[in-house]
Amino acid sequence: MLNTPAQGGLWIAFKATLKRDATLMFRRRGELLNPLVFFALVVTLFPIGISPDPVVLSLIAPGLLWVTALLAALLSLDSLFRTDYDDGSLEQLLLTPQPLAALGLAKVVAHWLFTGLPLAIVAPLLGVMLALPAGSYMVLSLSLAIGSASLSLIGAIGAALTVGIARGGVLLSLLILPLYIPVLIFGVGAVQAAINGDGIAAHLAMLGALFAASLLLAPWAIAASLRISING
Amino acid sequence: MWTFIHKWGSPKWFYVMSAKLQPLFWMVSLLLIVTGTVWGLAFAPADYQQGDSFRIIYVHVPAAFLAQSIFVSMALASLVFVVWKIKVADMAAKVMAPLGAVMTFVALFSGAVWGVPTWGTWWMWDARLTSMLILLFLFLGVIALRGAFASRDSGSKAASVLAMVGVINIPIIKYSVDWWFTLHQPATFTLTSRPAMPTEMWLPLLVMVLGFYCFFIALTLMRTRNEILRREINKRWVMDLFQEAR
Amino acid sequence: MAFSSFAAFVAMGGHGPYVWAAWGVTALLMIACVWHARVERRLLIRILARRARREKMRPPQSGKVAPNPFQASQADDT
Repeated sequence: MLNTPAQGGLWIAFKATLKRDATLMFRRRGELLNPLVFFALVVTLFPIGISPDPVVLSLIAPGLLWVTALLAALLSLDSLFRTDYDDGSLEQLLLTPQPLAALGLAKVVAHWLFTGLPLAIVAPLLGVMLALPAGSYMVLSLSLAIGSASLSLIGAIGAALTVGIARGGVLLSLLILPLYIPVLIFGVGAVQAAINGDGIAAHLAMLGALFAASLLLAPWAIAASLRISING
Repeated sequence: MWTFIHKWGSPKWFYVMSAKLQPLFWMVSLLLIVTGTVWGLAFAPADYQQGDSFRIIYVHVPAAFLAQSIFVSMALASLVFVVWKIKVADMAAKVMAPLGAVMTFVALFSGAVWGVPTWGTWWMWDARLTSMLILLFLFLGVIALRGAFASRDSGSKAASVLAMVGVINIPIIKYSVDWWFTLHQPATFTLTSRPAMPTEMWLPLLVMVLGFYCFFIALTLMRTRNEILRREINKRWVMDLFQEAR
Repeated sequence: MAFSSFAAFVAMGGHGPYVWAAWGVTALLMIACVWHARVERRLLIRILARRARREKMRPPQSGKVAPNPFQASQADDT
């Protein structure tokens, strides 16, 4: 299934894995829409549950959008390694001469491209529905785009740890949600700052720092977790 | 140094030697905790703002300190297990997790109870309480992950990875929660941050903290010994030791 | 001594319920931890004793321990 030549460099293997995952994801378009539909649906529940009053909604909109996007991203994590685990291609990934960390990263990149990024793009639309104050839409998208990359990276550790467990879904959220809190705090902080007219640079810088740190460390943890899940 | 580590890495050595250390730690911890209790409850002066409700500090702060230290020691033990494959380290990490969760709960409960006379409410999203709550979830995650694996070996390794990931995240979580808190609650007064606590107030606190640490060490030794027995019950040395003892 | 009488000590300046609840739960949980560890140990020792008895009953088997019930074939070569 991998188009990798027998002696491929790291970059070729990375690209091949990315391309393979992208193709697979694109073939399951319906599944791809799920997080987005979930996002829109949950956002719809809040005006019904709390109040349709734009003043109230605009007050809670940043946090609400962020929390909902975070849950939508979490929802899609369980399938990140699951199908590959079930059909055995994850084992093939382990056997490749290229470092597993890089290949795992490729899978995470594919995951982000097809969940995190669409969520970030759709978020302003739902922001309009929640009467999100003007001037914060760009920041919402940007913070979600950077933040969801960290979410995918951290979440992949949990997904890799629980892929061998039959009903890992609930456990996955227990493992991962506490680790999501810093990203949530700075993501919402950025949107909030944009609404208040404060400087957003500090928040975005913190989000960037979290992203850089998780980019540096998470692949190793993902690789180690995949080895544990498969080899025991 | 290396031979020292290697010796302690052997379950038999650990089992025999910890039997000698254990009573010492139990005694010291009992002594310190009793001293701290009597001192803190009866002799330390009442706080000028909070009155006698401030005496909750003598269980709240040691439990909170200990809970965080337990997570760090658990992660260190996990690191030792992952890097040097020392089984005793994994057993120690395993038995530390429940005690850590208990201590986190104690810190949360005493904080909530303390909140009633101080804030007038059982729960406030105070920075310290919030990070404690997150710490509780982290402990529960490690315990649940270990239990979720059918094979003990995979469970050990997975829990080790999660403990190490968690310990890297704890400072980040703590920092971001503190930052979040200052943003939302401008300078209400927190439970335990006071500029200068008089000596007669913090000395019993120090005694209590040390006592809690000794308690942690003693209990960990005891439960690691149990864990060694459980895992090595088929080994010859266990039976020999047992028959020697009677 | 920060209190004038035992009653004052129990009352804790009106904060008695809170102080005693916090201390009580802490003490209870810590004692429960120790108790749990002791029960755990006693159970393991009981298993060991049972095995030791079994070992004494049967002739010595070339330095092997009593058979593990989970891997029955391991030591049963008499």
